[in-house]
Amino acid sequence: MNSTHLENAGRRDFLRKSALAGGGLVLGVYLNPADSATKQVAKPSTILETAEFKPNAFIHIATNGTVTLISKQPEIGQGIKTSLPMVIAEELEVNWKDVVILQGDLDPVYGSQSAGGSRSTPTNYEEFHRLGATARTMLIQAAAELWKLPATELIAKDSAVHHLASGRQLDYGKLIEKASTLPVPAPEAVILKDAKDYKLLGTRIGGIDNPSIVTGKPLFGIDVKLPGMLYAVYEKSPVFGSKVVSANLDKIKSLPGVHNAFIIKGGTDLKGLLPGVAIVADSTWAAFSARKQLKVVWDDGEAATESWAGFTAKAKELSTQPGTEILRNDGNVKAALEVAVKKVEAAYSYPFISHASIEPQNCTAWYKNGAIEIWAPTQNPEAGQKIVTETLGIPKEKITLHITRSCGGFGRRLIPDYIIEAAAIAQQIKEPVKLTWTREDDLQHDQYRAGGFHFLQGGLNDQGKLIAWHNHFVTFAHKIVKDGKTTLEPGSGANLSGDEFPGRWVENCQLEQTLLECNIPMGPWRAPRSNVLAWVFHSFIDELAHAAGRDPLEFRLEILGDKDIIPGTGKQDLPYDVNRMKHVLQHVAEKAEWGKKTFPRGQGQGLAFHFSHRGYIAQIAEVTVSKEGKLKVDRVVVSTDIGAQIVNLSGAENQVQGSVIDGLSALMFQELNIEKGRIVQSNFGDYPLLRIADTPTRIDVHFLKTNYPVTGLGEPALPPLAPAVCNAIFAATGIRVRQLPLLRTDLSWS
Amino acid sequence: MSKYHLNINGTPKTVNVAADTPLLWVLRDHLNLVGTKFGCGIGQCGVCTVHIDGVPTRACLTPISKVSKSQITTIEGLAKNGDHPLQKGWQELDVPQCGYCQASQIMTAAALLKKNPQPTDADIDTAMAGNLCRCGTYLRIRAGIHRAAEIASKESA
Repeated sequence: MNSTHLENAGRRDFLRKSALAGGGLVLGVYLNPADSATKQVAKPSTILETAEFKPNAFIHIATNGTVTLISKQPEIGQGIKTSLPMVIAEELEVNWKDVVILQGDLDPVYGSQSAGGSRSTPTNYEEFHRLGATARTMLIQAAAELWKLPATELIAKDSAVHHLASGRQLDYGKLIEKASTLPVPAPEAVILKDAKDYKLLGTRIGGIDNPSIVTGKPLFGIDVKLPGMLYAVYEKSPVFGSKVVSANLDKIKSLPGVHNAFIIKGGTDLKGLLPGVAIVADSTWAAFSARKQLKVVWDDGEAATESWAGFTAKAKELSTQPGTEILRNDGNVKAALEVAVKKVEAAYSYPFISHASIEPQNCTAWYKNGAIEIWAPTQNPEAGQKIVTETLGIPKEKITLHITRSCGGFGRRLIPDYIIEAAAIAQQIKEPVKLTWTREDDLQHDQYRAGGFHFLQGGLNDQGKLIAWHNHFVTFAHKIVKDGKTTLEPGSGANLSGDEFPGRWVENCQLEQTLLECNIPMGPWRAPRSNVLAWVFHSFIDELAHAAGRDPLEFRLEILGDKDIIPGTGKQDLPYDVNRMKHVLQHVAEKAEWGKKTFPRGQGQGLAFHFSHRGYIAQIAEVTVSKEGKLKVDRVVVSTDIGAQIVNLSGAENQVQGSVIDGLSALMFQELNIEKGRIVQSNFGDYPLLRIADTPTRIDVHFLKTNYPVTGLGEPALPPLAPAVCNAIFAATGIRVRQLPLLRTDLSWS
Repeated sequence: MSKYHLNINGTPKTVNVAADTPLLWVLRDHLNLVGTKFGCGIGQCGVCTVHIDGVPTRACLTPISKVSKSQITTIEGLAKNGDHPLQKGWQELDVPQCGYCQASQIMTAAALLKKNPQPTDADIDTAMAGNLCRCGTYLRIRAGIHRAAEIASKESA
């Protein structure tokens, strides 16, 4: 008793259960792991390369007609556990109410199971169509053989095969015995449905776990409970990567409920197992309480001198010197700025911020007989498995990893530091144990969105046209060893591509970069890079439009120009479809009645657009700023082009509205200060998130259906929000926001 | 360690825990009622909201020694069959994204609807001010409460 059951499907278990259920059909089909959709921008449909094929089992149909589908990607609030199975169900012609979805464990037969970069949909969409269509083809073939009729006379509908001419029908449950004896048809014999015949895709389907969510059933990593499970906390130095010298372990071990306390030596990798002290107790509260009496002597090292004030001063000093790297150099920016009729200069900056998922990092692990079983709220189960093998020497085949539902990922749960901590503790104590981070641990040991500084100059000619763009980007880097040499590399999410808009559009364009070394962990935060670059660049473009005395929409359309496709030139090599961007931009302008409404002082509209994660998104924000400087976002209009099909309209709309609110939360409030190498903020009291009253009154979401490959929506709708709001603030008040968060700028006016 | 007799969701329960143990951890670790969540431990995020004698309360700041005479209701006991108008409205409008905070949103909203069966947006914003949603489902939370108010008024008609 006392074990909290999560409905996961271990593959072996799934197959065993399938067998027990009486010879149901488990379909072995092929999944192409090629990530080819990411490189396509202009082709009308995704053409998958035939790479290595692996047999997989995603579909099970029981004799009673119940259809069980495996969701292989982690569910982190992006809705993938509902949306990808919808694709199979559509092609399989089953009634959604008959479908049961199980979360798959980490297993190579499923292909990649990492949920990041808004890639889960584009990399699986076509294959999941094929999975469903292949099963449907086999069921029709089974009926054809039973009835001795040509398969072409039969159709599949409502979980049954029908012969319309005679009115006969056979439910899927009655066909599986025959179907499971048939060979899997060749890909060319499988015909996908025509999009005009979709019944499920593009409709509003509620999240598959909603009934459990609204009744408080165990679902999340933190809800896992095993028989005889112990509870752990892990204390690390507030200065990143400090070593443990000593700790009062004897005292801690004597406290009520404490089973064990020990030092873990750890390493220096900020994304790995860092040094610390583990306390294992018989309840979470006993562990938390004991920790209050823990005294650790740390060896802090040089990281303890870092501060945000120091970084800011250093960045300002560096801005007057040439950058150490040139990321792009088109034309002659210096000469163009000299001949420019108008020249605008501005410095923009943004702080480090945290992911702050409300479920703190946690992980449950059970080590026995050289093998380990792990339950993790993770976006990246493969990374969890890898780090356990590398750090603890447990071979891959001895690691079982159950993916639990996660409270929001936002990129944080791509990094497996909390998984390796739980595994290391479990290996030491050899009993089932759940590690729970406190909110303070979570905020002070995140893989942060990096801060950054941009020193910009723009030049306009006598027609008010943008002829010069110069940016010196001062960003954060870690010291790494590459090919035996120590070098600096921008932190994850702290880099800038020379291709980033307007990098390929302005004829005289120079992008310089200088790296600031730091010891602060950095990681992907929802729409990495884009989440701040869109704010900086579209705010500065707005400054230039106003300096030119031109309409910000018309000014942007001129920059975008008349070419259809702008090929990639940088490392990312991503072509940019100008027409798709102009299309969403003009669409959002029409929907928001851009230029047609008059606003009193204190109210205004602002616009921005951004291309990231294969999605083209434009937004217009309408704001009211009171004389006292209080901001209210009245309305945000979003136009998106993410390809030919919205999978789940309800989920898609939720993602866009959530992105807008997340973007607004980061814009308005979020910042971390750094002093003596430590994050100053510690909990939601000093790190506020947006609350319901600050939510925009309306967020209108428009999906433009185009003939392009279907892509994901977890990230691309976030970046345009901050510049759209800041440009609206300027329109309303004449105040230009050049520093994040917003609360750093006085918005009062008279 | 002391013995505490509790009334949770109408059922008597006995636990043997330290007097300062927050109700949150008694529910989660000792009684397997994990619908009440941990988020901050300082009453800032609201994901641990339960009803104590009908009043929405932060379980993370409520020592077990203070609630032995109270009626405690958690999300698991809000409605016998999980069919409270808010639970229905939430599913109808597909309010959740990750879902972690949603049980607590429903608990706070249930107390609001009890006092104010037809709340305005402003009433909702005031009542729900203590409940964070990191995914940003606030627009659907507002709509979900209005929808639940509608369902409840039809059910009582």
